[in-house]
Amino acid sequence: MIILLPLIGALACFLWPRRTVSPGLITSLGIVICVVGLGWQLMHLGVQRHAVGGWGAPLGIDLYADGLSLLMLIVTALVGTAISFYASGYFDQAKARHFWPLWLFLWAALNALFLSADIFNLYVTLELLGLAAVALVALAGGADALSGAMRYLLVSLLGSLAYLLGVALLYHSFGTVDIALLAQHVESSPAVWSAAGLMTAGLLMKTALFPLHFWLPPAHASAPAPVSAALSALVVKGSFYILLRLWLEVFPSTGSLVGEMLAGLGAAAVIWGGVQALRQTRLKMLIAYSTVMQLGYLFLAFSIGSAIAWQAALILVLSHALAKAAMFMAAGNIQHFGGHDRIADLDRVAQRLPLTLTAFGLAGVSIMGLPPSGGFIAKWLLLEMSIRTGKWWWAGIMVLGGLLTAGYIFKVIGRAFTQAVVPHEARSVPFRMEWTALVLAALVILLGFFTTIPLTLMNIGAPFDGRPDG
Amino acid sequence: MNWNTALPLLIVGSSLLPGLVIFFLAEKRVAVRITLNLFGAVLKLVLVGVMLWGVFHGEHYEARLPLLPGLDLVVRAGPLSMLFVTLSTGLWLVTTIYAIGYLEESPHRSRFFGFFSLCVTATVGLALAGNLITFILFYELLTLATYPLVVHRGTEVARLAGKNYLFYTVGGGALLLIGTVWLYTLTGTLEFTSRGFVSGLETSHQPALVIIFVLIIAGLGVKAALLPFHGWLPQAMVAPAPVSALLHAVAVVKAGAFGIVRVLYDVYGIEFAASLGVTLPLAVIASATIIYGSIRALYQDNLKRRLAFSTVSQVSYITLGVAIVGPIATVGGLLHLVHQGVQKITLFFCAGNLAETLGIHKISMMNGVGRRMPWTMTAFTIGAFGMIGVPPLAGFISKWYLGLGAMQADQDWVILILAGSSLLNAAYFLPILHTAWFKAPPDSWLLERDFGRRETAWALLIPPLVTAGLTVLLGLLASAPFTPLEWARFFANQEYVQ
Repeated sequence: MIILLPLIGALACFLWPRRTVSPGLITSLGIVICVVGLGWQLMHLGVQRHAVGGWGAPLGIDLYADGLSLLMLIVTALVGTAISFYASGYFDQAKARHFWPLWLFLWAALNALFLSADIFNLYVTLELLGLAAVALVALAGGADALSGAMRYLLVSLLGSLAYLLGVALLYHSFGTVDIALLAQHVESSPAVWSAAGLMTAGLLMKTALFPLHFWLPPAHASAPAPVSAALSALVVKGSFYILLRLWLEVFPSTGSLVGEMLAGLGAAAVIWGGVQALRQTRLKMLIAYSTVMQLGYLFLAFSIGSAIAWQAALILVLSHALAKAAMFMAAGNIQHFGGHDRIADLDRVAQRLPLTLTAFGLAGVSIMGLPPSGGFIAKWLLLEMSIRTGKWWWAGIMVLGGLLTAGYIFKVIGRAFTQAVVPHEARSVPFRMEWTALVLAALVILLGFFTTIPLTLMNIGAPFDGRPDG
Repeated sequence: MNWNTALPLLIVGSSLLPGLVIFFLAEKRVAVRITLNLFGAVLKLVLVGVMLWGVFHGEHYEARLPLLPGLDLVVRAGPLSMLFVTLSTGLWLVTTIYAIGYLEESPHRSRFFGFFSLCVTATVGLALAGNLITFILFYELLTLATYPLVVHRGTEVARLAGKNYLFYTVGGGALLLIGTVWLYTLTGTLEFTSRGFVSGLETSHQPALVIIFVLIIAGLGVKAALLPFHGWLPQAMVAPAPVSALLHAVAVVKAGAFGIVRVLYDVYGIEFAASLGVTLPLAVIASATIIYGSIRALYQDNLKRRLAFSTVSQVSYITLGVAIVGPIATVGGLLHLVHQGVQKITLFFCAGNLAETLGIHKISMMNGVGRRMPWTMTAFTIGAFGMIGVPPLAGFISKWYLGLGAMQADQDWVILILAGSSLLNAAYFLPILHTAWFKAPPDSWLLERDFGRRETAWALLIPPLVTAGLTVLLGLLASAPFTPLEWARFFANQEYVQ
């Protein structure tokens, strides 16, 4: 149902292009209701498994929902609804016609991804996700957006291809693509190693981990604001989720060396992304590099490896999704307001667009990892775990990253207070665009006080069992 | 939820909620805004009064919110919290009145008062914090809430000052965070306890504990403007006068100093800290800051900058007092936390009045200003004498205890520091007083505003007079019940094994 609903919505939008907004919004609300329903089921009945069309494992399409999937679905539903509201104010009629079907299609792919129980099905959803995302980037038109989209398309295809090769290898060795079954059979062998390597490399490419991040900033920065929000907040998390599933369940015993390597790349991403973000002169580019950096943090958990570190990484996924969506929306507002997003020429935004700047600031608090916010809790846990496991160098990286982040966030905020050399006229920003960004940003702050709720949710079905407690 | 849980939350909430509402008020709704501000401030004062009474009679106020498994957000009332809460609540009310007068007709007042309230919320929150993580939460909130106040004017100078301010405070916050996380991995608790909670650890952890101490104190020292982390404070002077007053007397620097007291006494335990050998270096750094700040103050012609360097020097008295291991010196340090606040806020109010009414920013332009604004300058004189430590004013009492405490702890060199600093204080305050009272006034003032027969607006005049009056009262009635002296003794009694 969660997958079908957005598909139906997308079809509806496609068939009646002139009135796209209302079916889009209704679908969004419908998805929220479905996700809440699923949450209720999980809380009371435990893990859910459903064989589509009666074909079960090892080959059929199984849907599987535990706490991890639920959490990702909730994030997607929250951010997705916000994006829908925002987009309903952002696009004009012509663009809206293309945006809504694609966007709901993307949402369906995401939901399917989070519910898939086998690696082939994951591949299918990943491919759908990538295609929808590329089309959305191209929506902005113009040379920048098209070249960004093109590069994104190539990377996306290459990533999926590598992943598919890995899937084929595993299927050849074990005759199944079901995650749970694979987990029982996998042992250390060359085939498994090359499969793991291929799949991981493909997914890293899609998750834009340093040094495979090169495609992300141009794609995310040139897309329309609601699309950037969706890409940065949700789409990259899709491939991260698959990585997580694979390494948690399929290859858990194979090698801590890979974990160290991934974490090392993550650390490099934190520093490189931070330095690059500081150097940007365009607001959206800055936010895009900030995504590269924040994704780096997630990979630190691969080295620390304890259950709490994974939970921290997921809290970070949650708060980054909320905060980054809010940030891109705020950037969209600023661009709409002044007609540009050059940081040095921001002209008294704080005075004239206070709600938007507040949203940007609150989201920034979480991205910097300052309390009270979801980002702070996640970083606290990661810091604690890295010191506890004796890997204090990761703690150093995290703190350094936090300082870099503070540097680039406040670079924007400081400029927003002052008058630009060339003052400009202001265009008014639609009410709902300002408020959506603010609500998302406020949510991430509130998350800082109520982290226990997502923590209990994600532990349904114990996806982190068998991991040391630190 | 019963009353003893609700009260600390109400005290924090009584400025938070009005603050949040104020953000969304239209600029023109002056009456609503003023009402909300004053309502919040007065309500908080009443609640704090109730709490003071309760704590004095042995009531236990505490509220908890689970943050993570094993870690709670805790707000709790104790003697040290009460000292700081009362100071900040009382001075907030006065400063709010002053700010309303000061910012009359200026733009963006809703934003200003919103952040102003958040700032006080953070201060009160960190005063009531019952463990280190709650403290950090409010400490960072304070950094974030003061930034928009520093850059409020929206000029290029303000932006750079704000940048500089963040450079120091965010860096300090990072050090504090690392230290805290590390400490938590060793102890498994962050709950403030009388005489500390780390002394039970094995001796093999002691080198780590020393490093953690250095990290945490350096992090707090940034806000407390300890040498060499004082650089942001004089630059932050571009902020409007009520903000400077709040920054110097109540919120930011005091938060740092208060944090140092907390860490020394309720995390490490003063006697354990002394056995680690970390208190003496801290006292030496504090002494160096005292002398350095005073010497720099001598050379400033800009009145607010001179006051700023004076703050650098005076706040370190608190650190010095608590780092001399001995109950009487502790009392002296805590007293100075309150007394310096009351006196310094008076001085900043007066400096703001001079700037607003006559356009005077520099000491060299203050010739004869005492004849034009006698009331303001009277308040200024009282504040300045208090800072020098002239009896029977408040500053004298705290310096007296500091000196006595140093003698009792056999740290005679501290007396030299105190005497030297008092001389320097006199050297930079007395010339101001001389210029203001005894030189002939010029024919016309730079930017004179006309207030009829009054020397300036009521809202600007009353606050400094009130705080100047307090300076006198705190000195004269130091031993009366419910004074800061009594609370400081109450606290010191808990912390030392008698």
